[in-house]
Amino acid sequence: MSESLVSFVTGLVEGAPAQFWWLLGGLFGLLALASAIGAFLGRGGRGGATVANLNARIRAWWWMVVVLCACFLVGPLATIAVFALTSFLALREFVTLTPTRRGDHAVLLLCFWVAVPLQYWLVYDGWYGLFAIAIPVYGFLLLPAVSALSGDTGQFLERNTKIQWGLMLTVYCISHAPALLMLQIPGFEGRGLLLLLFLLIVVQLSDVLQYVFGKLFGRHLLAPKVSPSKTVEGLVGGGLAATGVGAALWWITPFTPLQAGALAALIVLCGFLGGLALSAVKRSLGAKDWGVMIEGHGGMLDRMDSVCFAAPVFFHIVRYFFT
Amino acid sequence: MIARLLVGLVRLLFGAYPRWLGSAPGPGQRIYFANHGSHLDTLTLWAALPPALRRRTRPVAARDYWGGGGLKGLIAGRGLNVVLIDRQRSDAEADPLAPLHAALAAGDSLILFPEGTRRDEALPGPFKAGLYHLAQRHPQVELVPVFLDNARRSLPKGSLLPVPFICTARFGAAIAPAPGEDKDAFLERARAAVVALA
Repeated sequence: MSESLVSFVTGLVEGAPAQFWWLLGGLFGLLALASAIGAFLGRGGRGGATVANLNARIRAWWWMVVVLCACFLVGPLATIAVFALTSFLALREFVTLTPTRRGDHAVLLLCFWVAVPLQYWLVYDGWYGLFAIAIPVYGFLLLPAVSALSGDTGQFLERNTKIQWGLMLTVYCISHAPALLMLQIPGFEGRGLLLLLFLLIVVQLSDVLQYVFGKLFGRHLLAPKVSPSKTVEGLVGGGLAATGVGAALWWITPFTPLQAGALAALIVLCGFLGGLALSAVKRSLGAKDWGVMIEGHGGMLDRMDSVCFAAPVFFHIVRYFFT
Repeated sequence: MIARLLVGLVRLLFGAYPRWLGSAPGPGQRIYFANHGSHLDTLTLWAALPPALRRRTRPVAARDYWGGGGLKGLIAGRGLNVVLIDRQRSDAEADPLAPLHAALAAGDSLILFPEGTRRDEALPGPFKAGLYHLAQRHPQVELVPVFLDNARRSLPKGSLLPVPFICTARFGAAIAPAPGEDKDAFLERARAAVVALA
């Protein structure tokens, strides 16, 4: 038992591309540095709530990086399963905050127990044609029909719009991140996971750096009604820094440094717009955070809001220009 | 084993997050009384308790529904260790609360739905007298009001499959019958304590 486990693990370790280990070393180094800074700021109970929140975020980051790396080692199936679970939890947060009625029960059952497994099975199967249209075409038509069959016409349009919006956002959009694994890029075979890591690192680092630059230099609020923490200085400083990191990571991608930088800039922009739009949705639903799942971060959607917008755009640009 | 599996599944699907608003989790003997709109109520409230308290807390369930065999019986008996009570009294002389008195006398805590049945509304209806009689007989037991959010949306009356909404259990401050307070006044105050957490 233990021998087969050892050979299983060594098999995984030998199977991973060399770039993965450099990247992993870099990520762990970065987190170790962040933990050290957090411990220094919070020494002897100093720093108050902001530093406590910062340290909770850093701890959660450790968990997220460890889980992701474990999935990457085990393979595409584990990675796709983790993203399916992510979509499931994000959709759960979305519909919990959305007012739904008894008449939505059948529609919601379809969303959770049919749409989520189907969409991720299509990712695993690599069936691009159906992956791209299952939810926006068939889901779009089927769900209101099922809703109408249940016979509740009160606020029919509002209810169906909200559920469809949540489904598109949390399942369709997020599924484009693991869908990067199905792209066949000449000369880059078998390394789709690195492309996914590139997207996640740039989009998440951009969030963190915008937050840090905003806290340090933020003067001018970008959209005070939508988000009290987004500043022009944060966007420009954090966005440029994340773009720089993306360009510097060209060696894990099929791109040249210039292409990697341009795509990173695109990811930063989309991620920013996603965070902004979802903040507005959140406010209109009367909530500050989507949930309480991840300590210090709020809910799953608070962490994935920028991925929702960045993943589909990145996926299609790469698919159009590089395959 | 079954209990752990149940808690894991309930947590994964529904979150079952506790919010200790008016009271903190403690080792004292308690009756948690809550609004009732779904078969998930028992599971989410029970899963929201810390493991140490969960082991000594037994949900009260109707024999006519949960007392049978099969999956329901397995969940209720082996998983939740429920206290079964008869809603339809076969013997007019017997005290339907007798199994509850016995469980409290043995030192266990209880989960009770004083409405007696599931309702299809967010706020609880009138309470039955059981809670009052238990409070009179066992004055050492704390009565903690709980409001259960979203379990009713997840698995409403009459549906077979659950939609995974995030369910929370909000625990309020314990109440006790005041000296001289009559039954109806106390039951109404207990109901108001649950409504106040909504």
